[in-house]
Amino acid sequence: MTQPPKGARRSYGVKAAPYGFLLPAAVLFALFFALPIGYAVWLSFHKVEIKGLGLGKGARSEVWAGLENYASALTDSEFLASALRVLGYGAIVVPVMLGLALLFALLLDSERVRGRSFARLAIFLPYAVPGVIAAVLWGFLYLPDVSPFHYLLEKAGLPQPDLMDGGPLYLAMSNIAVWGGTGFNMIVIYTALRALPAEVYEAAKLDGCSELQIALRIKIPMVVPSLVLTFFFSIIATLQVFNEPMTLKPLTNGIPSTWSPLMKVYNDAFTGGNIHAASATAVVLALATFALSFALLRISNRRTTQGASR
Amino acid sequence: MTGLASPTLRKAPPAPGTTPGVPQGPPRPRRTALLPTAALVLGALYCLLPVAWVVVAATKADDELFSTFTFLPGSGFADNLGDLTSYRDGIYWTWMGNSVLYAGLGALLSTVVSAFAGYALAVYRFRGRELFFNVMLTGVLMPPVILAIPQYLLMAEADLTDSHASVLLPLVLSPYGVYLGRIYAEAAIPMELVEAGRVDGAGEWRIFSRIAVPMLAPGLVTIFLFQFVAIWNNFLLPFIMLGDDEKFPMTVGLFTLLKQGASQPALYTLVITGALLAVVPLIALFLVIQRFWSLDLLSGAVKS
Repeated sequence: MTQPPKGARRSYGVKAAPYGFLLPAAVLFALFFALPIGYAVWLSFHKVEIKGLGLGKGARSEVWAGLENYASALTDSEFLASALRVLGYGAIVVPVMLGLALLFALLLDSERVRGRSFARLAIFLPYAVPGVIAAVLWGFLYLPDVSPFHYLLEKAGLPQPDLMDGGPLYLAMSNIAVWGGTGFNMIVIYTALRALPAEVYEAAKLDGCSELQIALRIKIPMVVPSLVLTFFFSIIATLQVFNEPMTLKPLTNGIPSTWSPLMKVYNDAFTGGNIHAASATAVVLALATFALSFALLRISNRRTTQGASR
Repeated sequence: MTGLASPTLRKAPPAPGTTPGVPQGPPRPRRTALLPTAALVLGALYCLLPVAWVVVAATKADDELFSTFTFLPGSGFADNLGDLTSYRDGIYWTWMGNSVLYAGLGALLSTVVSAFAGYALAVYRFRGRELFFNVMLTGVLMPPVILAIPQYLLMAEADLTDSHASVLLPLVLSPYGVYLGRIYAEAAIPMELVEAGRVDGAGEWRIFSRIAVPMLAPGLVTIFLFQFVAIWNNFLLPFIMLGDDEKFPMTVGLFTLLKQGASQPALYTLVITGALLAVVPLIALFLVIQRFWSLDLLSGAVKS
């Protein structure tokens, strides 16, 4: 108290400190998020104009293209086909994966189920397996000469479908995503379940509720927020699927190089060399992700406020 | 052990005079629910199936891979390992080393950045706090490809493509890591302790490094692991940035090997052995670490 300068310096330190701590994150965000996003948006509104024969310096210049790239992106049949494929794929992956994640989380939370710690670890294990490697493993398991499914079908005298073409391809691709993603989502839901107060169940049990009734009437409604969260992350991951189809592609002729929207973007940018069109497609994809995310957030907010005012 | 011990034992009615609902003594053994247990075990087996397959398949010689029954072990594990190690002067182990470098160093830097930012967001009240946090969170939603194309072009401007830095730097900032950092810091660091440190004349840095970091340790381990797995599993960024296969991480290396396998099926055994060796370290890491660290932390759970 006899040293006002020191006190003043300290309060200045307290004021400046948070900005100092945030500096590395802010710089990295600016360099590797904000700048690239800005650049992608800029690219999406420009195109290359070639003057004359396109020879010599200054013959190629980037000019304003307006919404031209967006118009061609949205009418590109390859892009639309890839978007449809991913919708079909997502319609399988998201409900199956989250359904299994919820089921396993509820089973892990039930005292009468045995082998819970083993199962928890085993189901979580695929999280540690890179998507590329998961696709390699399943890809081989889908090959007719290697696959145990084909072996069993052959023994049973049943027809053996090609798992990596046509309709079965959707199931094969979805299976990889379900296998890889169920564990993480299970942990998220299980964590929420364990955070619920035990008295609620005790009371329900005394009232004669069965475990199943408790799960359906109490546990599931109370973990809705984490279900929304997992739903959210699953949708984003589905829209961005790239590694798995890219890895399966060399094993089959059934996967075109523009199977998913991201593959289409990659193909345009790095094989076709049209970075402007690719940027426009990427921006469309980002906007679709945002639109879906905000719609989901609104729905879930309405849900939680309803729950709170109940 | 307790699973079969008391199949007929039912929950005893509460003794007279005791309050129902209040647990007394050790938990009573309950009947095992057969169907749910079977469902859970089935799920576990499903998740283990491809891992079990790769363990078996890595033992098969070239000619056994496509001819013997899937789950019949072969005789060629040592040969496969030797072939993989000698393939192009051991480039597989270069890939492994690169993956360890990218994931290890990247996760370390990421943890530091997340700890700083999370601590700042949790402990200080300052202008722009929520704005910063919200802007950071939109980064979670960003499809990696919208970032990857311009990142590649910008890296090319800076003459950094095809370098270790081009794969390492963009992954240092993890929005989810910052989010976890904030949640853990809010739960683990009592403000009174920070105030007490200030009263004792400790500077802000000293309070962070001596008081906050030890309390944040379990959270920081989580952020490190999360980011380690994310970088180890990453494919798109190195796939786009790198041309020189001496700098490839495991994922891109195995992908190129698989692609060549379409014309040289002999490479398939290398891919399979390589996949096994790539999966083992992470599984081992998780098995070891789960003894003293809870998976729940990954989803942002904190003890209240």
